[in-house]
Amino acid sequence: MQNGEHFGMEDETYTDIDGKAISLECQSHSGFCREFTVSSAKVSISRVMVYTCAVWMTAYIIFFFTENTAVLSSAIIITLVGMMIHIHFVKVDHETLLVIGSLGVQVSSSYASGRESTDFIEMDKIKDIVINEAIHMQRVIYYLCILLKDPSDPSGVSSVVPLFQSSKPRLNCLVKVYRSCQEILAKC
Amino acid sequence: MVLKIFFPQCCNKADSGLLVGHWLPGQDSAVVLAVIHYPFIPGQVKQYIHQIRGQSGVDLAVLGSWSMPKEGQEGMESFLRELRTIFPQGRWLQLSREMGKIGFTCNVLPRDQNGKLVEQEKELEKVENDLEGKSGKDGRGWKNEEAGGEGKTKEEKTGEEGDKVIFVHYEQRKVMLSQLHPTDPPVPLTQSTSELRQVFGTVSQSESLFFLDKYDDSPVKLTHWQSEGREGSIIVELMKQASTPVCLLTAWILVLWTSLCNSRILNVFPLRFISSKLCSCVQLSYRTEHLQTVSSPTRATSHTDYMRKANIFMSFLLDVTLGLLLIYWLYRENRVGQLANALLPAADRVAKELEELLQWLMGAPAGLKMNRALDQVLGRFFLYHIHLWISYIHLMSPFIEMILWYVGLSACLGLTFALSLLSDIIALLTFHIYCFYVYGARLYCLKVYGLTSLWRLFRGRKWNVLRQRVDSCSYDMDQLFIGTLLFTILLFLLPTTALYYLVFTLLRMVVVMVQGVLQLTVDFINSFPLFALGLRVFRSYTLAEGVKFSVLCEEPGTPLHLMMDINPLKFSSVVQTYRTATYSCYPKDSWLALCKKLFLGELIYPWRHKTTKID
Repeated sequence: MQNGEHFGMEDETYTDIDGKAISLECQSHSGFCREFTVSSAKVSISRVMVYTCAVWMTAYIIFFFTENTAVLSSAIIITLVGMMIHIHFVKVDHETLLVIGSLGVQVSSSYASGRESTDFIEMDKIKDIVINEAIHMQRVIYYLCILLKDPSDPSGVSSVVPLFQSSKPRLNCLVKVYRSCQEILAKC
Repeated sequence: MVLKIFFPQCCNKADSGLLVGHWLPGQDSAVVLAVIHYPFIPGQVKQYIHQIRGQSGVDLAVLGSWSMPKEGQEGMESFLRELRTIFPQGRWLQLSREMGKIGFTCNVLPRDQNGKLVEQEKELEKVENDLEGKSGKDGRGWKNEEAGGEGKTKEEKTGEEGDKVIFVHYEQRKVMLSQLHPTDPPVPLTQSTSELRQVFGTVSQSESLFFLDKYDDSPVKLTHWQSEGREGSIIVELMKQASTPVCLLTAWILVLWTSLCNSRILNVFPLRFISSKLCSCVQLSYRTEHLQTVSSPTRATSHTDYMRKANIFMSFLLDVTLGLLLIYWLYRENRVGQLANALLPAADRVAKELEELLQWLMGAPAGLKMNRALDQVLGRFFLYHIHLWISYIHLMSPFIEMILWYVGLSACLGLTFALSLLSDIIALLTFHIYCFYVYGARLYCLKVYGLTSLWRLFRGRKWNVLRQRVDSCSYDMDQLFIGTLLFTILLFLLPTTALYYLVFTLLRMVVVMVQGVLQLTVDFINSFPLFALGLRVFRSYTLAEGVKFSVLCEEPGTPLHLMMDINPLKFSSVVQTYRTATYSCYPKDSWLALCKKLFLGELIYPWRHKTTKID
């Protein structure tokens, strides 16, 4: 085995809280550096076609009544701009958690257009990584989060950074990630 | 604890030599800044490092040795080992890299130990020498790993020693030029606790180390980011040379201008009051202050000062450019003349509309029945004012075009000045509406106060000024009689006054809205940080929000290699951090307080300028 061990999808298939299938990839670069990637489903072409057809049908019907070509061109522009905004700002392709012992934790979301938004939290500021419960609408969900230290109060928590917010994996996936993280955090 | 070594990318292919850098206090990390090559004399190296330490304020030291063996340099390894005795330190790093391999190997020799020990014992010693409070925990942790390591098939000896060191590669030039946000007030290196901040601070303060490199004719030959090729721009150098006389000239002109403004003649009370109310005068003084900041001959010391100066300068340039464009557009087809010709009929029309409005109010507006006498008095009073106003405008009509022509030229001072002039012109042209509003408001206010006071009398109470509360009071018969009479009169005249007040307040609100929009635009142009945004777009590494790590492809048996990139600041944070302070303030009354004031008839000034600047 190479230094970077690679676990792909195992026998367990993971789902998110709404029941859609997601996949978890754990990569161990060294004894104290691990990377976890949770990927959601990609943009489905059928949904795109349904939305586009709906918008254009409406536009044609309005054009039929008003005889104004501006309606058609504005429908095209709206569809294009809406799609661009969706894949660039809304649709998250995969989320990554990179834990480097004694350096810090890096949280990154990668969008469908390729844009990546990253945040790095130094180890000095991290108190712990825990699984928390939350009440979301009518149900209780579990989520993984990082507790940050309060500079004024050594035993207090100043803020909570939730992880994997777009993919929202269920407890079995979270437990696996949690155990791996705790191994590294315990070492340093 | 894991040892972190921050290694510059430019030294990846450097020849063998000594590593020069800085051990970060309080953290188990070292920042490598440069590599000194052979041949060198250790005494000269020590002297050079001592000199740079004094110049830069960074506690530089020789961290260890770097070996990248090429053909014909076989004896280098042993030579490098001997060097350890010449430079006595805490820990000595032996980094080595072989051609064809990507990863480095590292040996860490602890204090007071000679030669290479057996790996396990060395690790144990290193752990014992570590900072207080952690040795016990680390020892236990290490033992667990040892025990676990024996059970594993791979990741044994070579992996164990590699496991304790992380190499973080950084691009030296970018880290040197970048600024970590939030920029706190300057703290000495030793006191800040964040590791990344210390790394950035070390590299940026070591600029004096990067003056000499291996191509210079000096006793000490270094490799750092300058060795890849020095960069410079002729235009930037020329501008730097030209900026000093230009700054001095501007400063001199500004001194003349401010002394003129502050002279006794112009400081007479009415002029001062008027100039503090007019937007254009305020904007002029604001811009003068800005230019004084920009043209000061002292260099900006901190990053915030530098950004502020640059932003002000760019905003001024943009302003003037937009102003010149406006002049070009206005004067090209004699639009100024057209504007002047259109102004008089527009003023006439406004006056006519107002007259019609007053005639409507004097009749039966919206079916309400007004008190005829009061109605006629108020209506005629306001009509006379409008008549005066129209005569005044007609008197001015031959001069309007010339005035407008010269006023339009003043837009070369900037678009903001032109907009504030426009706002002032609107204020002057609608002065009669302002007067009507004040008359109506005062009348209404008096009426409301009278009513409240007489209502109290009606109920047998009185306002106690001493105690600031309502007390009961016994009135005489004739006092009560007159009070009730007055109360009835005021009450029945209330609808008329209230209607006039309502109409004129609405008109005033419209004018205030227009002026407010102009003022907001001026504010926006004044405070927009153009330079900071340009920097964020073209040189995104200079404004850093944080860092990003990515794992470089690793080989078995070598320690972990990470690449540290700079994570640039988001656009919204750039605008928020670098907005120039402006002089205007947003309405400080909430909507509820505003409605209350309107109801009571108090005069409102929603866009009052503050004398002190706020962010």
